[in-house]
Amino acid sequence: MTNEADANAPPTPGHRLVRRRGRQLRERFIEVLLFLAAASSVAITFAIVFILVKEALPLFREVSLLDFLTDRQWTPLFDDAHFGIMTLIAGTATTTAVALLVAIPMGTVIAIYLSEFASHRLRETVKPILELLGAVPTVVFGYFALLVVTPLLQTLYPALPGFNMLSAGLVMGIMIIPYVGSVSEDAMRAVPMHLREGSYAMGATRLQTAVRVVMPAAFSGVAAAWILGISRAVGETMIVAIAAGMQPNFTVNPLEPAATISAFIVQVCLGDLPHDSLGYKTIFAAGLTLMLFTLLFNILGYWLRKRFREIY
Amino acid sequence: MTPAPTHDLRQLIARHRLWEQAFTILGLLALLIGLLVLLGLFLQLAVTGAPRLTPEFFTAFPSRLAEKAGILSAWVGSLLVMLVTACTAIPLGVAAGVYLEEYAPKNWLTAIIEINVMNLAGVPSIIYGLLALGLFVYQFGFGQSILSAGLTLALLILPIVIVATREALRAVPGSIREAAYALGATRWQMVSQHVVPYSAGGVMTGVIIGLSRAIGETAPIITIGALTFIAFLPTPPVTGEFPFLSFQWLKDPFTVLPIQMFNWTSRPEEAFQLNAAAAGVVLLVMTLTMNAVAIWLRYRIRRTIKW
Repeated sequence: MTNEADANAPPTPGHRLVRRRGRQLRERFIEVLLFLAAASSVAITFAIVFILVKEALPLFREVSLLDFLTDRQWTPLFDDAHFGIMTLIAGTATTTAVALLVAIPMGTVIAIYLSEFASHRLRETVKPILELLGAVPTVVFGYFALLVVTPLLQTLYPALPGFNMLSAGLVMGIMIIPYVGSVSEDAMRAVPMHLREGSYAMGATRLQTAVRVVMPAAFSGVAAAWILGISRAVGETMIVAIAAGMQPNFTVNPLEPAATISAFIVQVCLGDLPHDSLGYKTIFAAGLTLMLFTLLFNILGYWLRKRFREIY
Repeated sequence: MTPAPTHDLRQLIARHRLWEQAFTILGLLALLIGLLVLLGLFLQLAVTGAPRLTPEFFTAFPSRLAEKAGILSAWVGSLLVMLVTACTAIPLGVAAGVYLEEYAPKNWLTAIIEINVMNLAGVPSIIYGLLALGLFVYQFGFGQSILSAGLTLALLILPIVIVATREALRAVPGSIREAAYALGATRWQMVSQHVVPYSAGGVMTGVIIGLSRAIGETAPIITIGALTFIAFLPTPPVTGEFPFLSFQWLKDPFTVLPIQMFNWTSRPEEAFQLNAAAAGVVLLVMTLTMNAVAIWLRYRIRRTIKW
């Protein structure tokens, strides 16, 4: 009964109120602290954009944006300096294209197979393995590309140079298969069972159900997986830096060596890099370009998810 | 409309069945090729690197003589960098996850933070390297030190930790929260004494996956300009004199395992490539073990915890 008496007592500015005030203050303080932690992620984004733009801008005082976009040579560290980012973009596009030619068909077929055809046990065994493979460090894949796959390709095609985009792209594709496969499979699993049952009831086979019912229903997720694969391939650094050579080369022939945007950044950073040198500015310009591409793919992925989302 | 003759129907069914079988084989083949190629590559790495995996390999510094070179400075460096990364990313990531899941009001600010975390997860690691080069190395003047590298990798894995924390918190049923409130707990008491401890397993899973990603990252560390030839250890963190703890090691130059492997891979001499394979085996065993533990943990949580 004492409790009830306390609760009914008029609120006096006594001991309890002071304690409650303290408690409220502490709660407020903790909430602000947690908010700052969450807001720090936004701060990171701002910091990335700010640093990239700030360090790259001085370059554009020396090189016109038109030259940057149209020049066909990228030789920023030579006496006869050219700043044609297209050269690096061509390298990135070629390795990415080779990688996607491997990863998208393989990954999608694996996803369809696992989601619609494989037994429960096989799926439960393979899924963790796919996740595990996503954790292999990229420098290990770089080793494979340079020292295993390239010699292998050279036995088939002896004229292949030691550094080439084909081998880097192939290994990158193999690396991306687990991502594409795993994410697409998740999307297909999320399609409700009754859609499949409806399709089977109409007499469709599993393949018809998979291709005509499940795939369209899961398309936003599958497309998002492809986009994820593309942005991985575009930003991938170590494989191309190790196996594709680091010489800028304006070509889309995968049999040639060439530098990608990321490989160029690595190449410059491996050397001595004084602050405020020209090389220092160019890597930030290259990084800014890379960031813009990733942003573009992120937006595309976001749009695809919205545009093709099926609501059950 | 006349019904199709039985013969035609039979043919149609037979054709579809054939397609179906063809695809089953194709799917299995794709899966097997994907897995076997990777298995083959890993086996090649293990066979090449095995002869170099002696105890001396772990206790020797890198050297110009391939046979005498080891990974002592590399694994010590990796360990110290991971220490900085974990000490930064875990508190920050968990706090951010807790805020977004338990505190955040549904408004535009929260939406921006959420979209932003998703976007950060898609930013290539080399961009984080450039951020670190401009911000930590030059702006803050941390130099090419363990501190810079650890902070860089912490930023890199922050989205992973945040997302894992949120998923783990979401799995705790609302009744737990209501029960805590009903007993007069404040929000922080509810979160810190109930929801967070109950989701610790899930948070751990995310943290391990994040750290295993960080330990294998090479590009951002190269970007901040980490030296590749380091034949000495950082200052020991524990000293003989008062106050017994030294933070000098944070400022020391360093090398890490993936950098060492990259360095050896790009040498033309074959003897060094053997070292690269051996370092690759160590790296692979480390990351795969960490991930296997994380996946096992997740499956165990899923099976044992029934609310």
